[in-house]
Amino acid sequence: MPYSELLVRPMREELTSAGVKELRTPEEVDAFMNEKSGTALLVVNSVCGCAAGMARPGVRLALQGDRRPDRIATVFAGQDLEATAKARAYLPDIPPSSPSIAFFKDGELAWFMPRHRIEGRDAQTVAHDLMQVFAEHCAVPAI
Amino acid sequence: MGTFHQGKSELHGITVVVDTTGPEIFVGRCDDEDDRGILLNDADVHRDGDGGRSKEEYLQRAAQLGVWKKYDRLLVPRDRIVSVRRLGEVA
Repeated sequence: MPYSELLVRPMREELTSAGVKELRTPEEVDAFMNEKSGTALLVVNSVCGCAAGMARPGVRLALQGDRRPDRIATVFAGQDLEATAKARAYLPDIPPSSPSIAFFKDGELAWFMPRHRIEGRDAQTVAHDLMQVFAEHCAVPAI
Repeated sequence: MGTFHQGKSELHGITVVVDTTGPEIFVGRCDDEDDRGILLNDADVHRDGDGGRSKEEYLQRAAQLGVWKKYDRLLVPRDRIVSVRRLGEVA
């Protein structure tokens, strides 16, 4: 059962305020995922602070680096149910978990961080892993 | 941001591996643990040798991407538990 939107809003805004586009409907997910070129990050947000409390600040930190994906979006598990189900349909071989983070290059899944790789870690460590992926796959920004 | 999960065990919310005295090994998100055992959410179970995989081979695969749940909630009895560890700590 979804939590009150009043409780959840700050958790949404923790990502959207960092430039992450929130996908609230299956149609929005399709539009995001059907753009295949370049790099894309999809964050499956969740309420549970056991892991999401580290995932969100980790993503925010990583996005402050020199390199970042061309497109960055999020769905909210347990809240936006249809959008999340649609997003997971693009990851058919990955067991669902939330929070989790998927990185795509030219429409193909290139890297995935499941929930159990976030639990018990701090935001800096999550960000470090993300920044390594960005450094490997994302273009150097033009000056 | 708050967790909304006060009063639970230290492992609450953590994805754990529960090995047993028998052929079964469980992976799931710990809800709580007490004298009765450990209560898992969204749990999977593997029996040694199923699909030609040992417990360790199953665990290595689980550590990469996670597990497909077979049970929404599952209690592993205390007297059957050999070890409990975090899935995230499995190399």
